[in-house]
Amino acid sequence: MGVGIQVEELNAWYGTTHTLQDINLHIPANHATALIGPSGCGKSTFVRCLNRMHETNPIARATGVVKMGDIDVYRDASPVEIRRRVGMVFQRPNPFPTMSIYDNVISGLKLNGFRNRRILDETVERSLKQAALWEEVKDDLKKKSGASLSGGQQQRMCIARALAVDPEVLLMDEPASALDPVSTSKIEDLIFQLKSQYTIVIVTHNMQQAARVAENTGFFLNGRLVEFDSTHKIFTNPHDKRTEDYITGRFG
Amino acid sequence: MSTTGNPSALEAPRKPSRGNALRRSAANYVVSGLAVLATVLVLAPLAAILFYLIYKGASSLNVSFFTRVPAPVGEEGGGMANAIIGSGIILAIASLIGIPIGIGAGVYLAEFGQGKLLGNAVRFTADVLNGVPSIVMGIAVYSLVVKQQMHYSALAGGVALAIMMVPTVTRTTEEMLTTVPHAVREAALGLGVPKWRTAVSVSLRTASPGIITGCMLAFARVAGETAPLLFTAFGNQFWSFKLNEPIAALPLQIFVYAISPYDEWHRLAWAGALVLIALIMISVTLVRIFANRGVLKGGS
Repeated sequence: MGVGIQVEELNAWYGTTHTLQDINLHIPANHATALIGPSGCGKSTFVRCLNRMHETNPIARATGVVKMGDIDVYRDASPVEIRRRVGMVFQRPNPFPTMSIYDNVISGLKLNGFRNRRILDETVERSLKQAALWEEVKDDLKKKSGASLSGGQQQRMCIARALAVDPEVLLMDEPASALDPVSTSKIEDLIFQLKSQYTIVIVTHNMQQAARVAENTGFFLNGRLVEFDSTHKIFTNPHDKRTEDYITGRFG
Repeated sequence: MSTTGNPSALEAPRKPSRGNALRRSAANYVVSGLAVLATVLVLAPLAAILFYLIYKGASSLNVSFFTRVPAPVGEEGGGMANAIIGSGIILAIASLIGIPIGIGAGVYLAEFGQGKLLGNAVRFTADVLNGVPSIVMGIAVYSLVVKQQMHYSALAGGVALAIMMVPTVTRTTEEMLTTVPHAVREAALGLGVPKWRTAVSVSLRTASPGIITGCMLAFARVAGETAPLLFTAFGNQFWSFKLNEPIAALPLQIFVYAISPYDEWHRLAWAGALVLIALIMISVTLVRIFANRGVLKGGS
């Protein structure tokens, strides 16, 4: 089951660049939340702050409070623990090139020392079914490298890999931007099905995509959260003039 | 359509002029020709050495070369069996010490030491070590190991060669790890895999084909080294399997025989050189076959 995310006064820097300024936001549990905004507005930085991935960049820094359920992400747990509870799907599919499809999906468990074969087998099947990839790959699980799949299949495998560790939150950083329309619609169907069980945060450049999959939408501009509301409200009757300009295509 | 576009812009790319086409294909032939020429220039010395060794050495190869120890002066026959085994033992010691240290240092440089003072110091030391003449390495190990033990030994020879392997292995490991895309590391970190585990199980594994090549390069380079063994392994006319006794090695045996005044020994030296090169080629090939066994279909 997913948990809600409470963000208070989140600020982030890359070196001396202040990339996120005073973000306050509540992301509800078991819903999909879309983040839109022009390139460089801080959407990706924001999701990377949620699972502390920004810390892998030595010049990045963040202050503020992020609460996942009742856990304070920056104070109660190590980055490694947080990342086990928060799955992440990246912009470009990033399979482990030397591993089979099976090992790719199970890598989160295996690399953390989990060895029970029966449970591993079950997890691979469950995750690949959740990611709607099982039927396409079930005969080649251990024979083919994860890198041999098509781009769309690789991205669904990466989603299966994120789901295999049983996260509560799924962060997706433009998961369909490198994919063709058919693969994109498969990923969107997937988000639609998964959001009853996980809290999903999806960064997207595609406003139709936000409108299709998410209950709530946030609009970022120049490192600030301009507006956050139900997707319907954002796209039909936005509160802020800048949001209206962006969604009607007047800039960005 | 025809009224809107610029007619010359529409027609221009359709048909390259004859002169252009000729120039392009001529340039293509010239560059391909130069590439082939360069390949031939690289391969020619290698082929020449190999054929000359076969021409000079093959006639002296027989069963006793691989089964007997060197015969005393004046006696016919004898072989280099003890030197072949001795080289194997010394190289095994060198690889067991040198490869793990080299890979460990390379992982440190690429994954943890970027931009740090210690990282830069290690990288600089490795580069300097790479340029140290091999005879100096022999003298250094003589005073570090042989003087302490009070006698020459296989162990001292192995240590000398190990030190020579470390810089090559370190730098290739680092180079290969930096070619692993950042996205692959992020994938592992994003799954909650600790950094050290990501470095070992993901980065190192992804870079392993290149790292194996680097290790083989280092191995092949030290396999033919004579100078560092002169004051360490010392050489031995008889069988020796003990690590703390002087031991025979193919390059040493070749050196001793080649500077001797006897024709019979000269012939054996040629044969020894042929066997040395053949053994290096065989072991490198075996490692490659073994390393390729686990590679999956469609992997990169």
